[in-house]
Amino acid sequence: MGKWRPTARSFATVGSVALLAALTGGGITAAGKTAASSPVTLSVEINGVLSGKNAAEAVWLTRDVFPRFEKSMAARGQTVHVKLIGSGVSGTDYATALALDIKAGGGPDIFDLDGPYYGEFASAGYLKPLSQVIGPAASRWPGWKLIPPTVQAITEFKGQQYGIPGGTDARVLFYNTKLFRDAGIATPWQPTSWADLIATARTLQQKDPGIEALQIDGGSLMGEATTLQGYLPILAGAGQLIWNQTTGKWQGNTPAMRAAANFYHTIYASGLANSQLQLGPNGRNQTFQAFSQNQVGIYLESEYLYESVIVNNGTGLYPMPNRNQDVAWAFIPAETPGAGIRGQNFVTLSGGGGTTINPHTKHPQLAWDLLTFMDSTQSLLRYEPIKQFISSNSQVDSIALKSDALLTFISQKCLPITAYRPSLAVYPQVSLLIQQLAQNLSTGMSVNAALSSYVSQLQKTVGAGNVTNS
Amino acid sequence: MPPGVPGGAASAAGLSRRWAVGFLTPAMLLIGVFLAFPAIWTIYLGLTDFRLLGPQALHTKFVGLGNYQQALTGGDFLHSLYITVVYVLLSAVIGQCVFGFTLAWVFRQWKGPLRRVMESLIIVAWIVPGSVVAFLWLAYLQGNIGPLTETGTLNTILGGIGLNWWLQLPMLSIVIFNIWRGTAFSMLLFGAAIQAIPPSYIETARVAGASGWQLIRDVVIPRSRGHILTNLLLISLWTFNDFTPFLLTGGGPGNQTQFLPVYVYQQAFQQGALGYGAALSTLVLLINLLIALAYMRILKERR
Amino acid sequence: MAEGTLPAAPPAADTRWLVRAVIARVQLYVFIALVAAFFALPMAWLVLSPFDAHPTLVAGLAHPTLANFADMFRNPAVRGSLLNSVLLALGTMVVVVATAALAAYALSRVHVPGHNVILYVLLLFSSVVTGSAAMVPIFLLAYDLHIINTITGVVLVLAGGLLPAAIFILKDFMDSTPASYEESARVFGAGPFQILRDIVVPLVRPGLAVIAVWSMVTVWGNFLTPFILLRDPSLTPASVQIYSFYSAGGTANLRLISTFGLLYTLPVVVMYLVVQNRYGFRFYGGIKH
Repeated sequence: MGKWRPTARSFATVGSVALLAALTGGGITAAGKTAASSPVTLSVEINGVLSGKNAAEAVWLTRDVFPRFEKSMAARGQTVHVKLIGSGVSGTDYATALALDIKAGGGPDIFDLDGPYYGEFASAGYLKPLSQVIGPAASRWPGWKLIPPTVQAITEFKGQQYGIPGGTDARVLFYNTKLFRDAGIATPWQPTSWADLIATARTLQQKDPGIEALQIDGGSLMGEATTLQGYLPILAGAGQLIWNQTTGKWQGNTPAMRAAANFYHTIYASGLANSQLQLGPNGRNQTFQAFSQNQVGIYLESEYLYESVIVNNGTGLYPMPNRNQDVAWAFIPAETPGAGIRGQNFVTLSGGGGTTINPHTKHPQLAWDLLTFMDSTQSLLRYEPIKQFISSNSQVDSIALKSDALLTFISQKCLPITAYRPSLAVYPQVSLLIQQLAQNLSTGMSVNAALSSYVSQLQKTVGAGNVTNS
Repeated sequence: MPPGVPGGAASAAGLSRRWAVGFLTPAMLLIGVFLAFPAIWTIYLGLTDFRLLGPQALHTKFVGLGNYQQALTGGDFLHSLYITVVYVLLSAVIGQCVFGFTLAWVFRQWKGPLRRVMESLIIVAWIVPGSVVAFLWLAYLQGNIGPLTETGTLNTILGGIGLNWWLQLPMLSIVIFNIWRGTAFSMLLFGAAIQAIPPSYIETARVAGASGWQLIRDVVIPRSRGHILTNLLLISLWTFNDFTPFLLTGGGPGNQTQFLPVYVYQQAFQQGALGYGAALSTLVLLINLLIALAYMRILKERR
Repeated sequence: MAEGTLPAAPPAADTRWLVRAVIARVQLYVFIALVAAFFALPMAWLVLSPFDAHPTLVAGLAHPTLANFADMFRNPAVRGSLLNSVLLALGTMVVVVATAALAAYALSRVHVPGHNVILYVLLLFSSVVTGSAAMVPIFLLAYDLHIINTITGVVLVLAGGLLPAAIFILKDFMDSTPASYEESARVFGAGPFQILRDIVVPLVRPGLAVIAVWSMVTVWGNFLTPFILLRDPSLTPASVQIYSFYSAGGTANLRLISTFGLLYTLPVVVMYLVVQNRYGFRFYGGIKH
């Protein structure tokens, strides 16, 4: 760290640490000479492997992007070899390995990083703003205009841009139209308030007490699922994000937190949701399976459920033969109309990641060329046929997702009203507290007891001065 | 133990001190560089607020014994310590040790293929990789929650009971798992101990009319004291430091199976609090030391 | 039940003895059957599911097929990862057995003051270093020694962690072999290496076999060390590879997990059977204090 200066667009004599070569795999230092014309190796690390986890991205990069990039560079007289460093492990393991590499002074030139890690990496000094690594050219990239401002937040931290957002998603309420029909509820259905939502769930429950009428994740072993498609969208419906950017305060025992906690307590205490499904290490799978077997009425999830789990094309883990008829979706309503964040009637939350540049790279300009090449509309449109996904590039979405009703709904209707989790270093710790809070509520602890235990832990984690109770 | 030979002279076996030092060097070099050095470094990290990510990664502060104070005054560590001790006692000291001894005793004069099949079965449970074993047991004890989800092999065999093992009986499930996993070692070790007893001792006791239990109490146990100690020491330490429970329950439900290695992992790896995690590791080391001292003391008293 | 296993000569006409013996036999076989079920049942899933086209969590064979294995062998990452595991396990085993045997022999034959205390302390250290908290020191150390991203680096780190226990166990084996052979060999002019190779090693072979199997099995299952020290996908061992059969959402693909699980387990089982047949995998009254 610190060896590299913003002026290094002249990628000539950056560092000469032989160590670095071992990790970046290049071993090309070309110290002091015209590096531009000597062969360069760039490495790209992703949490995916060919024929394994996230195979699609590995296939797209190695068979399409890298060869075309190498060719286009060759046309400019620059020999570039791009290689993929793929792994297939959990998100925490992946981020830990990258952090160790960069801490030691190495690491890949370019890497994928999940949204919430940008803050942690930046405040640990493992990432530098693009304006520093690349210079003013970074903000002049024309691709920014195609990414909605709400979505650019993925790779932002403290007002600085650290990477280019990649895929994103959003949460909706999925519902089982078969169960709705049986209970005599009209479809298409769109609840306009929490009361409306709970009333519908009660009707479902009365018709068939054996099903889970309204499943919203609430177990700590479900990890981030409990935060992202559980507590945070509910809280957003009560008008608050967990961390307020303007005041810099975290939500303590506030009216919105009490409303959300009450909602959780109500649906679990009245048996609309089932806490047994949530507590085991395999809870998410079990809930997926229950949904696929027409045992869940309404389920707050991301499009992952619909596109990857219950899809009946041979790849879904729990396929539903008549998915297109039996499953539909609706917006998540605010507590009452207009009570959501920014005064919205409906709310959602998104996750997502992006791709960024290692500040240790010896070839920042080439790395930026590769990154923008990867994230060009043209390249992304070649990714979509391999694996359909919601790109942060709205131009790509409008072309590639045309035929998919859910993804079009999410890209056009949900992304403009979405919000992201705080990209703060301390967020993952707060998320664990929220998961514990949700679990306490789902297993019957009173709202007051659960919130007061949450607030005292939160004060320890972020400092009492950074917590608001009003 | 052979008597020591002073100075550079050769020992009874003809090994000079210089050669002995030469023989020791490669192992000591490896241990010094790759074990002692990182261990001491870790103990040092335990005195800081170091984290891998976030601002503390950049500006690490020395906090002295603050981490230790946090561990010993907060409830989480003491809770973990308590359930870990219970887990070690039930699954290793009682479960593996008694079961392993029983098996060794039953098998002791058996010959033929059945014994080899049985022993192999038990030993295979011991050597299958942890990640595979964890998945096997998750599937085996998978509970059925209401009518709607998949159940595992055991519940299918048991039919109507329909227990949700990992949620309703997490400690018992994990104790049974660890007995299944680790009994092989005790069985092998006690098998060797029983074999080392001269047959004439057992004959004599038999002729004198000793029952099976008396035989074990008066002949076998006194003659295998060393083996029993070694076994208890090793299996206690292994169980104490075993990480597999994390793969099975993730420490839950709640914190019911948050054994110390799981707690350390959650703090150090998942929460990224490496300084605190390192302090916890050091505490685990001290507890291991206490276990070792306790066993040696027991051995001495009984001698 | 234990009594029944003693094949003492029956006193000819004592029917009471006969009845007792029969009951004891029956008790014994019931016990054996229960033990067999206890150990075999959890394993059934691993043995059956890979041969099923649509495995569930219950062990069974509803749709027999070999296609899962064909899929696996077509995947170059699977073949490579198993080979890498073999390299790691063999490499570590050789380093551990060789250096531990030398050290244990020296400690057994020459009195080093305080060696017991040192061994205990090292044994305890290994619990710290194998834990997750030592991750950063180990990584930075390997980085500075330029052994990051190499099989050698992982072998050395793992060997360092395994050595104290290996020496601890082997020294007990060495202590229980008489030194008299070595004396005579020395009288005939054999050097220390020769004595070690021709006399000591054959005597403690079962101990070496135990250490060899134990170290290989431990390395075979280790995730954290190879994961943090290796980056090049072509070096990934099976213990890391197995996690690529979980989806990005953390859900397990039962078909791939079970098939890979079986392939990943077989080598250690085969290795154990080979060692068992050649050397007899047991302790020969070796360990004592």
